[in-house]
Amino acid sequence: MERNTFSYKLKQFMMFAGPASILFFGTVLVPFVYGFYLTFTSWDGISKVKPFVGLENYTAAMQDSAYWAAIGRTAIYSLFAVILVNALAFFLAYFVTSGIKGQNFFRAGFFIPNLIGGIVLGYVWKFVFNRAFVAVAQAITGGTVPSLLSTTGGAMFCLILVSVWQYAGYMMLIYVAGFMAVSNDLKEAALIDGCTPSQAMQNVTIPLMRSSFVQCLFLSITRCFVVYDVNLSLTNGEPFNSSVMAAMHVYNQAFTYKNYGLGQAEAVILFVICAVIGVTQVYIGKKGEVDA
Amino acid sequence: MIDNEKAAQKKRMTHLIMWIVLLLLFIMFIAPFLLVIINVFKTKGDITSNPLAFVGAHGFTTKNFPEAMRKMNFWNVFTNSAIITFSATVLTILVSAMAAFVIVRNSKWIACTLLFSAMVASMVIPFQVLMVPLVSVYGGTLNVLNHRITLILLHVGFSVSMATFMFHGAIHTTIPLELEEAAYIDGCTRWQTYWKIVFPLLKPTIATVAIIDAMAFWNDYLLPSLVLGRKELYTIPIATQAFYGTYSTDIGLVMAALLLAMLPILILYVFLQRYIVEGVTAGAVKG
Repeated sequence: MERNTFSYKLKQFMMFAGPASILFFGTVLVPFVYGFYLTFTSWDGISKVKPFVGLENYTAAMQDSAYWAAIGRTAIYSLFAVILVNALAFFLAYFVTSGIKGQNFFRAGFFIPNLIGGIVLGYVWKFVFNRAFVAVAQAITGGTVPSLLSTTGGAMFCLILVSVWQYAGYMMLIYVAGFMAVSNDLKEAALIDGCTPSQAMQNVTIPLMRSSFVQCLFLSITRCFVVYDVNLSLTNGEPFNSSVMAAMHVYNQAFTYKNYGLGQAEAVILFVICAVIGVTQVYIGKKGEVDA
Repeated sequence: MIDNEKAAQKKRMTHLIMWIVLLLLFIMFIAPFLLVIINVFKTKGDITSNPLAFVGAHGFTTKNFPEAMRKMNFWNVFTNSAIITFSATVLTILVSAMAAFVIVRNSKWIACTLLFSAMVASMVIPFQVLMVPLVSVYGGTLNVLNHRITLILLHVGFSVSMATFMFHGAIHTTIPLELEEAAYIDGCTRWQTYWKIVFPLLKPTIATVAIIDAMAFWNDYLLPSLVLGRKELYTIPIATQAFYGTYSTDIGLVMAALLLAMLPILILYVFLQRYIVEGVTAGAVKG
Protein backbone atom coordinates (compact mmCIF):
# COMPACT_ATOMS: atom_id res chain seq x y z
CA MET A 1 0.00 0.00 0.00
CA GLU A 2 1.32 3.43 -0.97
CA ARG A 3 1.07 5.42 2.25
CA ASN A 4 3.34 8.28 1.38
CA THR A 5 1.75 9.61 -1.76
CA PHE A 6 -0.08 12.89 -1.76
CA SER A 7 -3.26 11.36 -3.15
CA TYR A 8 -3.39 8.78 -0.35
CA LYS A 9 -3.01 11.48 2.27
CA LEU A 10 -5.59 13.70 0.61
CA LYS A 11 -8.06 10.85 0.40
CA GLN A 12 -7.56 9.94 4.06
CA PHE A 13 -7.87 13.53 5.19
CA MET A 14 -10.98 14.23 3.16
CA MET A 15 -12.59 10.97 4.22
CA PHE A 16 -12.22 11.67 7.93
CA ALA A 17 -11.86 15.41 8.31
CA GLY A 18 -13.62 16.56 5.13
CA PRO A 19 -17.13 17.12 6.52
CA ALA A 20 -15.81 18.81 9.66
CA SER A 21 -13.51 21.08 7.64
CA ILE A 22 -16.23 22.12 5.21
CA LEU A 23 -18.69 22.96 8.00
CA PHE A 24 -16.05 24.74 10.05
CA PHE A 25 -14.85 26.80 7.09
CA GLY A 26 -18.37 27.61 5.97
CA THR A 27 -19.69 28.79 9.32
CA VAL A 28 -16.66 30.19 11.12
CA LEU A 29 -13.61 30.92 8.98
CA VAL A 30 -15.19 32.27 5.81
CA PRO A 31 -17.70 34.51 7.64
CA PHE A 32 -14.92 35.71 9.96
CA VAL A 33 -12.72 36.82 7.05
CA TYR A 34 -15.67 38.10 5.02
CA GLY A 35 -16.79 40.02 8.12
CA PHE A 36 -13.54 41.98 8.06
CA TYR A 37 -14.20 42.89 4.45
CA LEU A 38 -17.74 44.04 5.36
CA THR A 39 -16.34 46.55 7.88
CA PHE A 40 -14.87 48.44 4.93
CA THR A 41 -18.22 48.74 3.14
CA SER A 42 -21.41 50.65 3.80
CA TRP A 43 -23.77 47.78 3.03
CA ASP A 44 -27.43 48.35 3.96
CA GLY A 45 -28.36 44.66 4.08
CA ILE A 46 -30.60 44.65 1.01
CA SER A 47 -28.85 46.04 -2.05
CA LYS A 48 -26.56 43.87 -4.17
CA VAL A 49 -23.76 46.46 -4.19
CA LYS A 50 -21.56 46.92 -1.15
CA PRO A 51 -19.88 50.30 -1.64
CA PHE A 52 -16.28 50.39 -0.43
CA VAL A 53 -15.75 53.15 2.13
CA GLY A 54 -12.32 52.39 3.59
CA LEU A 55 -11.93 53.07 7.29
CA GLU A 56 -15.09 55.20 7.55
CA ASN A 57 -16.94 52.60 9.67
CA TYR A 58 -14.13 52.48 12.20
CA THR A 59 -14.05 56.28 12.55
CA ALA A 60 -17.84 56.25 12.86
CA ALA A 61 -17.60 53.53 15.52
CA MET A 62 -15.03 55.59 17.44
CA GLN A 63 -17.43 58.54 17.45
CA ASP A 64 -20.54 56.50 18.25
CA SER A 65 -21.13 57.65 21.82
CA ALA A 66 -24.03 55.22 22.34
CA TYR A 67 -21.67 52.36 21.48
CA TRP A 68 -19.00 53.42 23.97
CA ALA A 69 -21.64 54.02 26.61
CA ALA A 70 -22.79 50.43 26.01
CA ILE A 71 -19.19 49.16 26.24
CA GLY A 72 -18.68 51.05 29.51
CA ARG A 73 -21.95 49.68 30.87
CA THR A 74 -20.90 46.17 29.83
CA ALA A 75 -17.55 46.63 31.60
CA ILE A 76 -19.27 47.69 34.84
CA TYR A 77 -21.81 44.90 34.55
CA SER A 78 -19.07 42.34 33.85
CA LEU A 79 -16.91 43.55 36.74
CA PHE A 80 -19.69 43.09 39.30
CA ALA A 81 -21.12 39.94 37.74
CA VAL A 82 -17.73 38.21 37.41
CA ILE A 83 -16.67 38.96 41.00
CA LEU A 84 -20.01 37.94 42.48
CA VAL A 85 -20.42 34.83 40.33
CA ASN A 86 -17.00 33.55 41.30
CA ALA A 87 -17.34 34.42 44.98
CA LEU A 88 -20.72 32.69 45.22
CA ALA A 89 -19.60 29.73 43.13
CA PHE A 90 -16.49 29.20 45.24
CA PHE A 91 -18.50 29.45 48.43
CA LEU A 92 -21.08 26.95 47.13
CA ALA A 93 -18.37 24.57 45.93
CA TYR A 94 -16.70 24.67 49.34
CA PHE A 95 -20.01 23.83 51.02
CA VAL A 96 -20.96 20.99 48.69
CA THR A 97 -17.56 19.30 48.96
CA SER A 98 -17.33 19.47 52.75
CA GLY A 99 -19.00 16.09 53.18
CA ILE A 100 -22.38 17.26 54.42
CA LYS A 101 -25.58 15.31 53.87
CA GLY A 102 -27.21 15.59 50.46
CA GLN A 103 -24.31 17.35 48.77
CA ASN A 104 -25.05 15.71 45.43
CA PHE A 105 -28.62 16.94 45.65
CA PHE A 106 -27.39 20.48 46.29
CA ARG A 107 -24.90 20.31 43.43
CA ALA A 108 -27.64 19.22 41.05
CA GLY A 109 -30.01 21.86 42.44
CA PHE A 110 -27.71 24.84 42.07
CA PHE A 111 -27.05 23.83 38.49
CA ILE A 112 -30.73 24.05 37.46
CA PRO A 113 -30.64 27.64 36.08
CA ASN A 114 -28.02 26.53 33.53
CA LEU A 115 -30.41 24.05 32.00
CA ILE A 116 -32.72 26.75 30.75
CA GLY A 117 -32.03 29.27 28.03
CA GLY A 118 -31.42 32.95 28.78
CA ILE A 119 -34.60 34.05 27.01
CA VAL A 120 -36.88 31.98 29.26
CA LEU A 121 -34.89 32.84 32.41
CA GLY A 122 -35.17 36.53 31.60
CA TYR A 123 -38.97 36.36 31.34
CA VAL A 124 -39.21 34.33 34.55
CA TRP A 125 -37.22 36.98 36.41
CA LYS A 126 -39.14 39.79 34.76
CA PHE A 127 -42.22 38.34 36.41
CA VAL A 128 -40.40 38.04 39.74
CA PHE A 129 -39.19 41.65 39.66
CA ASN A 130 -42.34 43.21 38.25
CA ARG A 131 -44.90 41.29 40.27
CA ALA A 132 -43.50 39.33 43.22
CA PHE A 133 -40.92 41.90 44.43
CA VAL A 134 -43.37 44.73 43.93
CA ALA A 135 -46.03 42.85 45.92
CA VAL A 136 -43.59 42.28 48.79
CA ALA A 137 -42.38 45.89 48.76
CA GLN A 138 -45.94 47.21 48.73
CA ALA A 139 -46.92 44.96 51.60
CA ILE A 140 -44.01 46.34 53.63
CA THR A 141 -44.32 50.04 52.80
CA GLY A 142 -48.07 50.12 52.28
CA GLY A 143 -47.82 52.40 49.23
CA THR A 144 -47.24 51.87 45.52
CA VAL A 145 -43.68 50.95 44.66
CA PRO A 146 -42.27 50.99 41.12
CA SER A 147 -40.57 47.85 39.82
CA LEU A 148 -36.78 47.79 39.97
CA LEU A 149 -36.79 47.15 36.24
CA SER A 150 -38.36 50.55 35.55
CA THR A 151 -35.59 52.54 37.27
CA THR A 152 -32.29 53.22 35.50
CA GLY A 153 -29.96 51.88 38.20
CA GLY A 154 -32.36 49.11 39.10
CA ALA A 155 -32.37 47.53 35.64
CA MET A 156 -28.57 47.12 35.78
CA PHE A 157 -28.83 45.69 39.27
CA CYS A 158 -31.44 43.18 38.09
CA LEU A 159 -29.28 42.16 35.16
CA ILE A 160 -26.30 41.53 37.45
CA LEU A 161 -28.43 39.60 39.94
CA VAL A 162 -29.88 37.33 37.27
CA SER A 163 -26.47 36.68 35.71
CA VAL A 164 -24.98 35.76 39.09
CA TRP A 165 -27.88 33.42 39.71
CA GLN A 166 -27.57 31.95 36.22
CA TYR A 167 -23.82 31.25 36.11
CA ALA A 168 -23.00 30.48 39.76
CA GLY A 169 -24.09 26.85 39.48
CA TYR A 170 -21.96 26.23 36.41
CA MET A 171 -18.83 27.81 37.87
CA MET A 172 -19.54 25.91 41.09
CA LEU A 173 -19.08 22.62 39.19
CA ILE A 174 -15.64 23.74 37.99
CA TYR A 175 -14.62 24.77 41.52
CA VAL A 176 -15.96 21.45 42.83
CA ALA A 177 -13.66 19.64 40.38
CA GLY A 178 -10.84 21.88 41.63
CA PHE A 179 -11.53 21.06 45.28
CA MET A 180 -11.65 17.34 44.52
CA ALA A 181 -8.31 17.51 42.71
CA VAL A 182 -6.49 18.82 45.80
CA SER A 183 -5.42 15.71 47.66
CA ASN A 184 -6.55 15.27 51.23
CA ASP A 185 -3.01 14.27 52.30
CA LEU A 186 -1.78 17.79 51.64
CA LYS A 187 -4.56 19.35 53.70
CA GLU A 188 -3.99 16.91 56.53
CA ALA A 189 -0.24 17.52 56.43
CA ALA A 190 -0.89 21.25 56.76
CA LEU A 191 -3.22 20.67 59.71
CA ILE A 192 -0.68 18.43 61.46
CA ASP A 193 1.99 21.08 60.92
CA GLY A 194 -0.19 23.41 62.95
CA CYS A 195 -2.21 25.32 60.37
CA THR A 196 -5.72 26.31 61.33
CA PRO A 197 -8.34 25.11 58.78
CA SER A 198 -8.61 28.62 57.33
CA GLN A 199 -4.81 28.88 56.99
CA ALA A 200 -4.76 25.51 55.25
CA MET A 201 -7.44 26.78 52.89
CA GLN A 202 -5.59 30.01 52.20
CA ASN A 203 -2.08 28.60 51.87
CA VAL A 204 -2.59 25.11 50.48
CA THR A 205 -5.97 24.58 48.84
CA ILE A 206 -6.49 27.93 47.09
CA PRO A 207 -3.00 28.12 45.50
CA LEU A 208 -3.44 24.57 44.18
CA MET A 209 -6.81 25.51 42.70
CA ARG A 210 -5.37 28.36 40.70
CA SER A 211 -6.17 26.76 37.35
CA SER A 212 -9.85 26.52 38.36
CA PHE A 213 -9.87 30.23 39.14
CA VAL A 214 -8.19 31.08 35.83
CA GLN A 215 -10.72 28.98 33.95
CA CYS A 216 -13.79 30.28 35.77
CA LEU A 217 -12.67 33.88 35.39
CA PHE A 218 -12.04 33.37 31.68
CA LEU A 219 -15.42 31.73 31.13
CA SER A 220 -17.35 34.31 33.14
CA ILE A 221 -15.57 37.30 31.58
CA THR A 222 -16.03 36.10 28.00
CA ARG A 223 -19.68 35.22 28.66
CA CYS A 224 -20.52 38.47 30.43
CA PHE A 225 -18.96 40.62 27.73
CA VAL A 226 -21.25 39.27 25.05
CA VAL A 227 -24.40 38.83 27.18
CA TYR A 228 -27.46 39.07 24.96
CA ASP A 229 -30.35 36.68 25.66
CA VAL A 230 -31.06 37.74 29.24
CA ASN A 231 -30.51 41.37 28.30
CA LEU A 232 -33.13 41.06 25.55
CA SER A 233 -35.82 39.30 27.56
CA LEU A 234 -35.29 40.89 30.97
CA THR A 235 -34.82 44.59 30.17
CA ASN A 236 -34.67 44.91 26.37
CA GLY A 237 -32.37 47.89 26.98
CA GLU A 238 -35.02 49.81 28.90
CA PRO A 239 -35.64 52.15 30.65
CA PHE A 240 -34.37 54.90 28.32
CA ASN A 241 -31.68 52.64 26.83
CA SER A 242 -29.96 52.54 30.22
CA SER A 243 -29.38 48.78 30.09
CA VAL A 244 -28.29 48.29 26.48
CA MET A 245 -25.20 46.07 26.61
CA ALA A 246 -22.55 46.00 23.89
CA ALA A 247 -23.91 42.90 22.14
CA MET A 248 -27.41 44.37 21.99
CA HIS A 249 -26.08 47.64 20.62
CA VAL A 250 -24.20 45.76 17.89
CA TYR A 251 -27.32 43.75 17.02
CA ASN A 252 -29.49 46.84 16.82
CA GLN A 253 -26.90 48.79 14.84
CA ALA A 254 -26.74 46.03 12.21
CA PHE A 255 -30.21 44.54 12.07
CA THR A 256 -32.54 47.25 13.38
CA TYR A 257 -30.90 50.36 11.90
CA LYS A 258 -29.50 48.43 8.91
CA ASN A 259 -25.98 49.84 9.31
CA TYR A 260 -24.37 46.48 8.59
CA GLY A 261 -20.86 47.78 7.96
CA LEU A 262 -20.83 49.95 11.08
CA GLY A 263 -22.43 47.21 13.18
CA GLN A 264 -19.82 44.72 12.00
CA ALA A 265 -16.99 47.19 12.73
CA GLU A 266 -18.36 47.61 16.26
CA ALA A 267 -18.60 43.83 16.64
CA VAL A 268 -14.95 43.49 15.60
CA ILE A 269 -13.90 46.11 18.17
CA LEU A 270 -15.93 44.26 20.82
CA PHE A 271 -14.19 41.01 19.84
CA VAL A 272 -10.74 42.62 20.12
CA ILE A 273 -11.52 44.09 23.57
CA CYS A 274 -12.94 40.76 24.73
CA ALA A 275 -9.98 38.76 23.39
CA VAL A 276 -7.39 41.13 24.90
CA ILE A 277 -8.99 40.99 28.36
CA GLY A 278 -9.46 37.20 28.20
CA VAL A 279 -5.94 36.44 27.00
CA THR A 280 -4.30 38.88 29.47
CA GLN A 281 -6.23 37.30 32.32
CA VAL A 282 -5.23 33.77 31.32
CA TYR A 283 -1.60 34.86 30.83
CA ILE A 284 -1.37 36.50 34.27
CA GLY A 285 -3.23 33.59 35.85
CA LYS A 286 -1.09 30.86 34.31
CA LYS A 287 2.17 32.59 35.23
CA GLY A 288 1.69 32.04 38.95
CA GLU A 289 0.44 28.47 38.76
CA VAL A 290 1.95 26.00 41.22
CA ASP A 291 2.07 22.22 41.37
CA ALA A 292 1.84 20.06 44.45
CA MET B 1 -10.94 11.23 74.31
CA ILE B 2 -12.99 14.13 75.59
CA ASP B 3 -11.16 16.41 73.17
CA ASN B 4 -12.03 14.12 70.32
CA GLU B 5 -15.68 14.06 71.31
CA LYS B 6 -15.73 17.83 71.55
CA ALA B 7 -14.14 18.13 68.14
CA ALA B 8 -16.64 15.71 66.67
CA GLN B 9 -19.49 17.62 68.24
CA LYS B 10 -18.12 20.90 66.92
CA LYS B 11 -17.85 19.37 63.46
CA ARG B 12 -21.45 18.19 63.62
CA MET B 13 -22.56 21.67 64.62
CA THR B 14 -20.70 23.39 61.77
CA HIS B 15 -22.12 20.84 59.35
CA LEU B 16 -25.62 21.52 60.60
CA ILE B 17 -25.16 25.28 60.19
CA MET B 18 -23.68 24.83 56.71
CA TRP B 19 -26.56 22.57 55.80
CA ILE B 20 -29.13 25.18 56.88
CA VAL B 21 -27.33 27.94 54.96
CA LEU B 22 -27.20 25.75 51.87
CA LEU B 23 -30.86 24.87 52.17
CA LEU B 24 -31.81 28.55 52.41
CA LEU B 25 -29.66 29.38 49.40
CA PHE B 26 -31.18 26.48 47.51
CA ILE B 27 -34.70 27.74 48.21
CA MET B 28 -33.66 31.20 46.99
CA PHE B 29 -32.20 29.60 43.87
CA ILE B 30 -35.34 27.78 42.88
CA ALA B 31 -37.79 30.43 44.17
CA PRO B 32 -38.33 31.97 40.69
CA PHE B 33 -39.35 28.58 39.33
CA LEU B 34 -41.62 27.94 42.32
CA LEU B 35 -43.30 31.30 41.73
CA VAL B 36 -44.04 30.36 38.13
CA ILE B 37 -45.42 27.00 39.23
CA ILE B 38 -47.80 28.43 41.86
CA ASN B 39 -49.02 31.16 39.53
CA VAL B 40 -49.62 28.96 36.54
CA PHE B 41 -52.67 27.50 38.29
CA LYS B 42 -54.27 30.88 38.97
CA THR B 43 -56.46 33.17 36.91
CA LYS B 44 -55.04 36.38 35.46
CA GLY B 45 -56.85 38.51 38.05
CA ASP B 46 -55.60 36.43 40.97
CA ILE B 47 -51.99 36.68 39.80
CA THR B 48 -52.24 40.45 39.56
CA SER B 49 -53.90 40.87 42.96
CA ASN B 50 -51.52 38.56 44.82
CA PRO B 51 -48.66 36.84 43.00
CA LEU B 52 -47.37 35.28 46.23
CA ALA B 53 -50.50 33.40 47.33
CA PHE B 54 -50.35 29.64 46.88
CA VAL B 55 -53.95 29.43 45.73
CA GLY B 56 -55.81 32.29 44.07
CA ALA B 57 -59.07 33.75 45.42
CA HIS B 58 -60.91 32.23 42.47
CA GLY B 59 -59.42 28.84 43.16
CA PHE B 60 -57.34 26.39 41.24
CA THR B 61 -57.44 26.45 37.45
CA THR B 62 -55.66 24.52 34.70
CA LYS B 63 -57.15 26.41 31.79
CA ASN B 64 -53.98 28.46 31.21
CA PHE B 65 -52.25 25.39 29.81
CA PRO B 66 -54.43 24.38 26.85
CA GLU B 67 -54.78 27.98 25.74
CA ALA B 68 -51.03 28.69 25.96
CA MET B 69 -50.28 25.43 24.16
CA ARG B 70 -52.61 26.34 21.34
CA LYS B 71 -51.42 29.94 21.01
CA MET B 72 -47.76 28.97 21.21
CA ASN B 73 -48.34 26.04 18.85
CA PHE B 74 -46.45 24.02 21.43
CA TRP B 75 -46.23 20.58 19.85
CA ASN B 76 -45.08 21.98 16.54
CA VAL B 77 -42.45 24.14 18.25
CA PHE B 78 -41.37 21.27 20.47
CA THR B 79 -40.96 18.97 17.45
CA ASN B 80 -38.85 21.59 15.65
CA SER B 81 -36.58 21.98 18.66
CA ALA B 82 -36.29 18.21 19.05
CA ILE B 83 -35.48 17.58 15.37
CA ILE B 84 -32.91 20.36 15.23
CA THR B 85 -31.24 19.47 18.54
CA PHE B 86 -31.12 15.76 17.79
CA SER B 87 -29.78 16.02 14.23
CA ALA B 88 -27.23 18.71 15.05
CA THR B 89 -25.92 16.77 18.07
CA VAL B 90 -25.56 13.49 16.17
CA LEU B 91 -23.87 15.21 13.23
CA THR B 92 -21.49 17.14 15.50
CA ILE B 93 -20.37 13.92 17.18
CA LEU B 94 -19.92 12.02 13.91
CA VAL B 95 -17.93 14.65 12.03
CA SER B 96 -15.81 15.85 14.99
CA ALA B 97 -14.77 12.41 16.22
CA MET B 98 -13.71 11.47 12.68
CA ALA B 99 -11.76 14.67 12.22
CA ALA B 100 -10.09 14.26 15.62
CA PHE B 101 -9.03 10.72 14.70
CA VAL B 102 -7.22 11.73 11.54
CA ILE B 103 -5.67 14.74 13.28
CA VAL B 104 -4.29 12.73 16.21
CA ARG B 105 -2.98 9.84 14.13
CA ASN B 106 -1.35 12.02 11.47
CA SER B 107 -0.11 14.94 13.51
CA LYS B 108 2.71 15.58 11.02
CA TRP B 109 0.45 16.30 8.04
CA ILE B 110 0.31 20.03 7.38
CA ALA B 111 -3.44 19.95 6.67
CA CYS B 112 -4.07 18.40 10.10
CA THR B 113 -1.92 20.90 11.97
CA LEU B 114 -3.49 23.83 10.14
CA LEU B 115 -7.05 22.64 10.67
CA PHE B 116 -6.53 21.91 14.35
CA SER B 117 -4.80 25.21 15.14
CA ALA B 118 -7.49 27.12 13.25
CA MET B 119 -10.15 25.31 15.26
CA VAL B 120 -8.49 25.98 18.61
CA ALA B 121 -7.91 29.64 17.76
CA SER B 122 -11.52 30.07 16.59
CA MET B 123 -12.91 29.17 19.99
CA VAL B 124 -12.38 32.74 21.22
CA ILE B 125 -14.51 34.28 18.44
CA PRO B 126 -17.84 35.47 19.82
CA PHE B 127 -20.95 34.88 17.76
CA GLN B 128 -21.54 38.63 17.44
CA VAL B 129 -18.62 38.94 15.02
CA LEU B 130 -20.02 36.26 12.74
CA MET B 131 -23.73 37.08 12.68
CA VAL B 132 -23.66 39.89 10.11
CA PRO B 133 -21.50 38.03 7.55
CA LEU B 134 -23.58 34.87 8.14
CA VAL B 135 -26.81 36.68 7.34
CA SER B 136 -25.11 38.33 4.39
CA VAL B 137 -23.78 35.09 2.89
CA TYR B 138 -26.57 32.65 3.73
CA GLY B 139 -29.44 35.10 3.54
CA GLY B 140 -28.27 37.27 0.65
CA THR B 141 -25.89 35.44 -1.67
CA LEU B 142 -27.03 31.85 -1.18
CA ASN B 143 -30.58 32.55 0.02
CA VAL B 144 -30.87 29.38 2.11
CA LEU B 145 -32.29 30.84 5.34
CA ASN B 146 -35.65 29.57 6.61
CA HIS B 147 -34.72 25.92 6.32
CA ARG B 148 -34.18 23.59 9.25
CA ILE B 149 -31.22 21.98 7.52
CA THR B 150 -29.39 25.32 7.27
CA LEU B 151 -29.74 25.87 11.02
CA ILE B 152 -28.63 22.29 11.75
CA LEU B 153 -25.49 22.64 9.62
CA LEU B 154 -24.68 26.04 11.13
CA HIS B 155 -25.08 24.62 14.65
CA VAL B 156 -22.69 21.81 13.73
CA GLY B 157 -20.22 24.24 12.17
CA PHE B 158 -20.12 26.36 15.32
CA SER B 159 -19.67 23.46 17.71
CA VAL B 160 -17.33 21.33 15.63
CA SER B 161 -14.12 22.99 16.85
CA MET B 162 -14.86 22.51 20.55
CA ALA B 163 -16.03 18.92 19.98
CA THR B 164 -12.98 18.08 17.84
CA PHE B 165 -10.78 19.50 20.58
CA MET B 166 -12.41 17.24 23.17
CA PHE B 167 -12.25 14.12 20.99
CA HIS B 168 -8.64 15.01 20.18
CA GLY B 169 -7.79 14.90 23.87
CA ALA B 170 -9.69 11.64 24.39
CA ILE B 171 -8.08 9.79 21.45
CA HIS B 172 -4.66 11.14 22.35
CA THR B 173 -4.75 10.00 25.97
CA THR B 174 -7.08 6.99 26.19
CA ILE B 175 -6.83 4.98 22.96
CA PRO B 176 -3.68 2.90 22.61
CA LEU B 177 -2.13 2.81 19.16
CA GLU B 178 -1.42 -0.92 19.59
CA LEU B 179 -5.14 -1.69 19.40
CA GLU B 180 -5.37 -0.05 16.00
CA GLU B 181 -2.19 -1.73 14.78
CA ALA B 182 -3.59 -5.12 15.79
CA ALA B 183 -6.70 -4.36 13.72
CA TYR B 184 -4.58 -3.40 10.68
CA ILE B 185 -2.64 -6.66 10.97
CA ASP B 186 -5.93 -8.54 11.09
CA GLY B 187 -6.78 -6.97 7.75
CA CYS B 188 -8.97 -3.99 8.71
CA THR B 189 -8.81 -0.86 6.59
CA ARG B 190 -8.49 2.46 8.35
CA TRP B 191 -12.17 3.17 7.90
CA GLN B 192 -13.15 -0.18 9.46
CA THR B 193 -10.65 0.23 12.30
CA TYR B 194 -12.08 3.62 13.12
CA TRP B 195 -15.69 2.45 13.27
CA LYS B 196 -15.05 -0.94 14.91
CA ILE B 197 -12.29 -0.06 17.38
CA VAL B 198 -11.86 3.65 17.97
CA PHE B 199 -15.38 5.05 17.85
CA PRO B 200 -16.89 2.56 20.34
CA LEU B 201 -14.07 3.33 22.79
CA LEU B 202 -14.95 7.03 22.71
CA LYS B 203 -18.28 6.51 24.47
CA PRO B 204 -17.55 8.64 27.59
CA THR B 205 -16.48 11.61 25.46
CA ILE B 206 -19.43 11.10 23.12
CA ALA B 207 -21.74 11.35 26.13
CA THR B 208 -20.04 14.55 27.32
CA VAL B 209 -20.17 16.21 23.91
CA ALA B 210 -23.78 15.10 23.41
CA ILE B 211 -24.88 16.63 26.72
CA ILE B 212 -23.06 19.93 26.27
CA ASP B 213 -24.07 20.45 22.65
CA ALA B 214 -27.65 19.25 22.99
CA MET B 215 -28.20 21.72 25.84
CA ALA B 216 -26.57 24.53 23.86
CA PHE B 217 -28.64 23.81 20.72
CA TRP B 218 -31.89 23.40 22.62
CA ASN B 219 -31.48 26.74 24.41
CA ASP B 220 -29.85 28.81 21.67
CA TYR B 221 -31.79 31.89 20.69
CA LEU B 222 -29.71 34.30 18.61
CA LEU B 223 -28.64 32.03 15.75
CA PRO B 224 -32.06 30.35 15.29
CA SER B 225 -33.77 33.75 15.42
CA LEU B 226 -31.57 34.94 12.55
CA VAL B 227 -32.03 31.80 10.47
CA LEU B 228 -35.67 30.88 11.06
CA GLY B 229 -38.08 33.63 10.14
CA ARG B 230 -41.11 31.49 9.34
CA LYS B 231 -43.48 30.82 12.21
CA GLU B 232 -43.90 27.10 11.50
CA LEU B 233 -40.14 26.57 11.93
CA TYR B 234 -39.81 28.32 15.31
CA THR B 235 -37.90 26.60 18.11
CA ILE B 236 -38.89 26.85 21.78
CA PRO B 237 -36.78 29.95 22.68
CA ILE B 238 -37.96 31.90 19.61
CA ALA B 239 -41.57 30.87 20.17
CA THR B 240 -41.35 31.96 23.83
CA GLN B 241 -40.01 35.33 22.79
CA ALA B 242 -42.70 35.77 20.14
CA PHE B 243 -45.39 34.63 22.58
CA TYR B 244 -44.27 37.11 25.22
CA GLY B 245 -44.31 39.88 22.65
CA THR B 246 -47.95 39.18 21.77
CA TYR B 247 -49.53 38.11 25.07
CA SER B 248 -47.38 39.81 27.74
CA THR B 249 -50.47 41.34 29.37
CA ASP B 250 -52.19 37.99 29.78
CA ILE B 251 -49.93 36.96 32.64
CA GLY B 252 -51.62 33.59 33.29
CA LEU B 253 -50.87 32.50 29.73
CA VAL B 254 -47.31 33.79 30.02
CA MET B 255 -46.78 31.66 33.14
CA ALA B 256 -48.06 28.57 31.33
CA ALA B 257 -45.87 29.27 28.28
CA LEU B 258 -42.77 29.74 30.43
CA LEU B 259 -43.45 26.53 32.33
CA LEU B 260 -44.01 24.66 29.06
CA ALA B 261 -40.74 26.01 27.71
CA MET B 262 -38.87 24.78 30.80
CA LEU B 263 -40.61 21.46 31.37
CA PRO B 264 -39.00 19.21 28.72
CA ILE B 265 -35.45 19.84 29.92
CA LEU B 266 -36.41 19.77 33.61
CA ILE B 267 -38.10 16.39 33.18
CA LEU B 268 -35.02 15.10 31.38
CA TYR B 269 -32.86 16.46 34.19
CA VAL B 270 -34.76 14.46 36.81
CA PHE B 271 -33.73 11.24 35.03
CA LEU B 272 -30.30 12.14 33.66
CA GLN B 273 -29.21 14.48 36.45
CA ARG B 274 -26.06 12.55 37.36
CA TYR B 275 -24.90 12.27 33.73
CA ILE B 276 -25.62 15.90 32.98
CA VAL B 277 -23.69 17.17 36.01
CA GLU B 278 -20.77 14.82 35.25
CA GLY B 279 -20.81 15.61 31.54
CA VAL B 280 -20.84 19.36 32.07
CA THR B 281 -18.01 19.12 34.62
CA ALA B 282 -15.92 16.98 32.27
CA GLY B 283 -16.56 19.36 29.39
CA ALA B 284 -15.83 22.49 31.39
CA VAL B 285 -12.62 21.17 32.86
CA LYS B 286 -11.28 19.89 29.53
CA GLY B 287 -12.37 22.97 27.60
